[in-house]
Amino acid sequence: MNTGLSPHALYDDPPPPGIPLVDIDPFCSEFFADPYPHHAAMRDAGPVVWLPAYSIPACARFAEVRAALLDWQTFSSAHGVGMADLIRHGHFRLPSIILEVDPPQHTRSRAALGKALSPAVMNTLRERFTEIAEELVDELVARREFDACTELAEAFPLRVFPDALGMRAENRGHLLPYGDMVFNSFGPANQFFQASAPRAREVFPWVEAEALRENLRPDGFGMILYQCADAGEITHEEAHKLVRSILTAGVDTTVNGIGAAVFCMARFAEQWQKLRNNPQLARPAFEEAVRFESPVQTFFRTTTRKTAIGGAELEEGRKILLFLGSANRDPRHWQNPDVYDIERKTAGHVGFGAGIHMCVGQLLARLEGEVLLQAMARRIRKIELAGEPERRFNNTLRGLNSLPVRVEAV
Amino acid sequence: MPKVIYVSAEGERMEVEAPLGVSLMETATLEDVEGIVGECGGNMICSTCHVYVAPEWLAKLPAMQPQENSTLSQVAAERKPNSRLSCQLRMTAALDGIEVHTPPNQYPD
Repeated sequence: MNTGLSPHALYDDPPPPGIPLVDIDPFCSEFFADPYPHHAAMRDAGPVVWLPAYSIPACARFAEVRAALLDWQTFSSAHGVGMADLIRHGHFRLPSIILEVDPPQHTRSRAALGKALSPAVMNTLRERFTEIAEELVDELVARREFDACTELAEAFPLRVFPDALGMRAENRGHLLPYGDMVFNSFGPANQFFQASAPRAREVFPWVEAEALRENLRPDGFGMILYQCADAGEITHEEAHKLVRSILTAGVDTTVNGIGAAVFCMARFAEQWQKLRNNPQLARPAFEEAVRFESPVQTFFRTTTRKTAIGGAELEEGRKILLFLGSANRDPRHWQNPDVYDIERKTAGHVGFGAGIHMCVGQLLARLEGEVLLQAMARRIRKIELAGEPERRFNNTLRGLNSLPVRVEAV
Repeated sequence: MPKVIYVSAEGERMEVEAPLGVSLMETATLEDVEGIVGECGGNMICSTCHVYVAPEWLAKLPAMQPQENSTLSQVAAERKPNSRLSCQLRMTAALDGIEVHTPPNQYPD
């Protein structure tokens, strides 16, 4: 790639002395189609590199990405986790009081969300999720060929998530385009963002309304946030904002996680056989898919002070781009990182982030992935691609538009 | 380097070197200790790094935060008075030689 300054760049700071420059645009079709050689080029160039296309520093190696995620005092989320600085540039979305704040606000929000998405709540959902997974997989297996993106990876979360949260039945179709738009908004205002943004006017008020207490069923986990408010742990306004955050972050991410797992299984036949022989491996198989494909590819942080990282000195207030997907494939940390291996020790992978901002819905994501892979492992003898999968390009998410597969029933 | 002794539910002992400042959950996952999962990376949400601390060490441990207490109420195996989340136990010089027992299961059956 030979890019020069992107027309969508928001910064024009000069690079700090000594930092290696890598001339790529990580928010373009060519990059999204095959990010791996570009990830390798950034990792090989150094622990921290400069992207002249946007005049920003970036980390692509495991050690530095993980260290930056863990050090929230230096690498803050409070200026937004997208390219734009919420304070300097304003905001497209309403700022999140979980994703885009630091302690002490973050600690309050996180404790309440932790209750709504706790192991105990997950245990109450497991049986119902399993039933729906089995029903859905039975239907699809009977057809032999289907689109594992739309009919499985999208269909399953859309069937279980809104009910578990306690949403109304109408307009659930907004969830996917809404998520697509929000995750595009973390990147530059390029064609991907511009294509998804026009729905904002219609969808933002819908999300606001869905998150209201009167529109939630009393037995859904969304209501737990309002119960925390009743108990005085957070305010009612915070409860509303946190339900909104669950709606924002809870669907596209799991869709792409599940899509990643099924795509892996269709490509790595011996891993499918391993899973069939031992369906207890469904949970680690999903975890490894999150490492391997990294549905959330990138997030930004902002330096809170002058910071030395990887031999370069960054000024205070500098945005820095962290490549989670690249960290999860860094051969400095992983053996054979480009191989999907469901028995791999994935501890420490950054597919869900790391540190205080690590995905608060990770137990829900794992539950969905686990029960679906188990249902498949017990019903499907063989799964293979039935056509060329089509990628969906998004500034943050790595996922698919379609994944045609052919299966043989047990 | 300080050491930690992990004892499995079957009574198997494993002595592991544990760097100062690193949690007993992280040391266990790095050293392949069976019986400790640590799915959530130390955020006190998954409850899969539950351990029983040998009673003679309890007084030397850091106080429990409310979040740890709340997550401990959801562990899969029985919660006992000496239950802790190993992600919250960072190795210190005073804890050199600490013995922790892993529960029979970290997930509900």
